[in-house]
Amino acid sequence: MSRTMRRDVFQAIADPTRRDILGLLSRQSLTPNAVADSFGISRQAVSKHIKILTECGLVHIEPKGRERLCTLEPAALSTVSDWIAPFRKLWEDKFDKLDQLLNTLSSEDNEN
Amino acid sequence: MKTKNQTHITTLPGGQDILIVREFEAPREKVFRAFTDPAILGQWLMTAPMKARIDRWDTFAGGQYRYVFIDPSGNELGSKGMVHEYLVPERIIQTYEFEPLPEKGHVQLRTTRFETLPNDRTRVQIQILCQSEADRDGMIGSSMEPMLKAGHEVLDGLLEKM
Repeated sequence: MSRTMRRDVFQAIADPTRRDILGLLSRQSLTPNAVADSFGISRQAVSKHIKILTECGLVHIEPKGRERLCTLEPAALSTVSDWIAPFRKLWEDKFDKLDQLLNTLSSEDNEN
Repeated sequence: MKTKNQTHITTLPGGQDILIVREFEAPREKVFRAFTDPAILGQWLMTAPMKARIDRWDTFAGGQYRYVFIDPSGNELGSKGMVHEYLVPERIIQTYEFEPLPEKGHVQLRTTRFETLPNDRTRVQIQILCQSEADRDGMIGSSMEPMLKAGHEVLDGLLEKM
């Protein structure tokens, strides 16, 4: 099984181009070609970024006539709309662990 | 049981610092010890699947510290700095540099304050002052990358066994 089968939203937004694509799509749904034109980078590169964004559920692609339209998935985005979210999560996880350790220290001190 | 304490993180547009504030259900001396005893610090400084190892931790002004984060493959990501002030149990001021950065010289000034609250509680404030707004935003933007890489390596290992 390849690692591309499971994507993490935080991995998706770690890349500045993908963050810019999300910003663009937050204003309007666009075709992949229109996204590429907005950035002046190759369609292949944009296609790769959009693939990652769809794999982690941040963007979905729906047919519109003969074109395909990239649309932002608001529910998935709510977890990452705050750009500081991954940084916050890291510290929250550390402090949660510290809470547990402080409890352990408390019981040790009571026994002594 | 009461809900867990919230972690408040403040960054201002155009600024170059980050303020992290968190309260703990333990008296100040105990929280200070958890932040400074290498045996305890090593247990919470990084969360699974990464591990932390404290190589050096001087508890006096003018001293040094160094610790590393270790990913499941054994790769080590070092952090180091100098201790500018070490005031038990109130305040620690350190420089901080993340060693894997591609360019030297991006050093931060980190101030950790421990404030006594009623009912044997403690408020900890960590101020991280970077040399530029770009340094600060770069650190925030990349803060999860080592964790993500480590998480995916663990996942790959699990999938191989399935």
